[in-house]
Amino acid sequence: MSAAKFPSPYDLPPPAGAEDWKSMYPYYLTFRDELRAEEDAKFWFCDSQHWPKPFKPFDAVTVEWAVKCLGQYNTRHYLVPPANGIETRFHNGYCYLSPVAVAPELIPARVEQFMQRAGHYFGHWDSLIDNWRVKVKANIAALEALHFEPLPEVVPMEWITSGAGIDNTVPLLKTYDDALQLCYRTWNYHFEFLNLGYAAYLDFFGFCKQSFPSISDQLVAQMVQGVDVDLFRPDDELKKLARLAVELDLANALRAGSSAQATLDRVAAHPAGAQWLAAWQAAQDPWFNFTSGNGFYSDDKYWCEHLDIPLGYIADYIVRVQKGETIERPVPALAAERERITAEVRELLDGEALAAFDGKLGLARTVFPYVEDHNFYIEHWAMGVFWRKMRELSCLLRDAGFWADAGDMFYLGRNELRDVLADHCMAWAVGSKPIGQTVLNPLIAKRKLMMAALATQAPKPALNTPPEVITEPFTIMLWGITSESVAAWLGRDASATTIKGMAASPGVVEGLARVIRTADQLAEVQPGEILVTPVTAPSWAPVFGKIAATVTDIGGMMSHASIVCREYGLPAVTGTGVASTTIKTGQRLRVDGGAGTVEILTAA
Amino acid sequence: MLSKPGPDMTHAFTLSFDAASPADEPHLGGKCASLVRMIRNSAPVPPGFAVTTAGWRAMLAQHGLAEAITSALGGLRLGDVVAQEAAARCISAAFLARPLPQGVAQAIAFDYQALCRAHGADDDLPVAVRSSATAEDLPDASFAGQQDTVLWVVGTQAVLDSVRRCWASLYTARAIGYRDDRRIDHAEVQMAVGVQKMVNARTAGVAMTLDPLNGDRTRIVIDAAWGLGEGVVSGEVTPDHLVVDKVLRSIVTRRISPKAHEVVADPANRRTLLREVAAERQTLPSLTDRQILAVASLARQLEKQFGGAQDVEWAIEDHPAYPDGRLMLLQCRPETVWSQRKPALPAAAASAGLQGLVSSLLTPVRIRV
Repeated sequence: MSAAKFPSPYDLPPPAGAEDWKSMYPYYLTFRDELRAEEDAKFWFCDSQHWPKPFKPFDAVTVEWAVKCLGQYNTRHYLVPPANGIETRFHNGYCYLSPVAVAPELIPARVEQFMQRAGHYFGHWDSLIDNWRVKVKANIAALEALHFEPLPEVVPMEWITSGAGIDNTVPLLKTYDDALQLCYRTWNYHFEFLNLGYAAYLDFFGFCKQSFPSISDQLVAQMVQGVDVDLFRPDDELKKLARLAVELDLANALRAGSSAQATLDRVAAHPAGAQWLAAWQAAQDPWFNFTSGNGFYSDDKYWCEHLDIPLGYIADYIVRVQKGETIERPVPALAAERERITAEVRELLDGEALAAFDGKLGLARTVFPYVEDHNFYIEHWAMGVFWRKMRELSCLLRDAGFWADAGDMFYLGRNELRDVLADHCMAWAVGSKPIGQTVLNPLIAKRKLMMAALATQAPKPALNTPPEVITEPFTIMLWGITSESVAAWLGRDASATTIKGMAASPGVVEGLARVIRTADQLAEVQPGEILVTPVTAPSWAPVFGKIAATVTDIGGMMSHASIVCREYGLPAVTGTGVASTTIKTGQRLRVDGGAGTVEILTAA
Repeated sequence: MLSKPGPDMTHAFTLSFDAASPADEPHLGGKCASLVRMIRNSAPVPPGFAVTTAGWRAMLAQHGLAEAITSALGGLRLGDVVAQEAAARCISAAFLARPLPQGVAQAIAFDYQALCRAHGADDDLPVAVRSSATAEDLPDASFAGQQDTVLWVVGTQAVLDSVRRCWASLYTARAIGYRDDRRIDHAEVQMAVGVQKMVNARTAGVAMTLDPLNGDRTRIVIDAAWGLGEGVVSGEVTPDHLVVDKVLRSIVTRRISPKAHEVVADPANRRTLLREVAAERQTLPSLTDRQILAVASLARQLEKQFGGAQDVEWAIEDHPAYPDGRLMLLQCRPETVWSQRKPALPAAAASAGLQGLVSSLLTPVRIRV
């Protein structure tokens, strides 16, 4: 094997054309030259699971707040005894993470605190979750209520007569602050239960590993995983709409190949169209707040804003319904399978061990629905509204002459944007011309080139020397950082034809590879192909109905890809580190989701 | 319809495996009783019949054989290997010098010939003749392998001779010493004999319903090689090694070994022989994925039926009605190594509730690169 060490970030230069990439991000989130010794002493792994492509300066807010809020619950809320948060650095446009351990002498005092704090949450889980839903929905409603009003020619007369004493820049600036505040809150809520959910899962997982030293991760996951969770509702709604369309003889009206408006017009003209359109409308709120990405990027396409995406999936489903296929998830069968495997494992235990197993499984099952459901409420719904509001602001500033394109705002960081707003407000108040364009046009143009350059280079899976011990539950459960994955990333021989990863969802299939780097390429996927991608999103579920298997670069047993693939009975190998950069579209693959192997059988 | 000759006593001298009831089991010895239980649970056991302990008792009752045995074993000192050897020779000679009781011989001949007819053979169906002692196959003191099994026996006379040989094998020097060491009364142990159709295996091997390396009971570990299972059991062949997730029913490891030799039947010489495997077959997997899962499923079924980890011998033979070959179960024994250990409850993590959860969090995951 090669040296047990990944490259240092300081030895990994940016691609040509992106030399100045660090200027796009906050100073505290890049590897600084003056701290080389300190930074090189840490092990960093790339989180291409959540950030598979370089993120624009504004979008860095999702990395920053997600990582910050994850950390606060370990470090400041519950005091997870051995683990603080996870540091993050951006390198060449990608996100790297490094868990922060707690000094051993501090652990005993933290145990006491953890028992009280986490104990309260575990003891009141259901009522706290109910409260969480109320908070999150209120937060989303508040985001939804925000409007960026263009500055008027003059302050309204009513403000004069009422003696308001402020101008319209006050609400404009406040709306921006409120949007960021609500987004920040969203990320606080995101992690309120998640760390504890993973801790309970890890506890059950550890017990299973001790009782059955070679038990597969997949088996443990399948015993815990829920079968009917909100995350699957959007796809279920499309399937219902497809069935209804067939029943109402609307298959032809909903055929693929025309614009969303043309399709909906055809439906409206049909005698039964009104009935279908009512169902279509009803399904949208909230289930079409669903992104074809993962919610972390401003250019994510949400179904409610891109009706062609759900209509396309519905057209696919209609074809399958007409062929007599069952498109619905086999929910009763999945539930029965979960009970079968649990019963089989219980048969292998008795006495105290069985009692401990039941207790831990019970807790894991209580907390785990949150781990699956939060994704819909936060990444899909709340972030969907947030990005929509931010695009509203970008359009307002475009119309005010700051840039040319609706997406240009996202090439500025959130604090740089404050300056732009200040510029806008100042010029409006003074009655002068903003400086804006003069500075921003070349800056945005340069950053567009840098982003394009960064995207040409795939990230290294990890940096520096791996540690001997990992205690941070997320690192293990969510990112799948284990001895095996690290060794696989290090030791992979470029000529080898077998790629190893996590055995994430069982089944053995052969088929042709389709390598996809972004959601926009999903339309290229042909029936029966094997999807190879850095990471999948839950909203790709409709595509899962027609592919044979999924292979990803990163992701543990509980990553969204693993959860969804098991839910759809689709073989999956995750956390390979290299599949999307090694495999070429058209190569014949043999995927063994039970063994965690991908064999490249033939050349493309 | 022909009626089978039998004794006047309560039990028949022979009993077809598929006709035996639970009440018959005490008269069949450990091995045959286990085969009969498997058949009752629809396991694919090769057909055959048992020579019951009634047959054994009839043999002992005749021509003073029981007395000859008692006399040979009289006054043996514990651990006196030389004397045990002498007693064994003496008893063996006593068995061979005496003919089978006529009723027993008739019953065996009748059942063997019926077995031949059922398989289109004319007094020449190859069978295995296996000893089946009443104290055999106890989970805590494995007698297995101490008594004889005679393979590829063909013809009524050879079957009768083999039965006598199996009977005599209850008194090998090793068996005598073993019982003496454990203070088992020799007269307490009786010997039934199984006569079972041979399986002409294309592939055969063993399956264990736990991981022998760590006792993990979520795994089924299979060793398989070309030809008869003797090659795998004796270690003459390095088998393919397959690991199946028992619960998820998926194959997790396939380690295919080059299999240079195989043990096959040599019917002409009524024995087995070790021969070289053609080069192109050596590196092929000896089981398809479907066959692997079928073997695992059989092993799991036996484990559930017997309520503990099992050690299973199986074989796959060519059969016109089974395109994948026909999977046969040859033997099933309780696993004795890990099953004896009471697994230490993982102390820290086992405690229930939050305390256990904290312990789990404090057990770091170690990375080895």
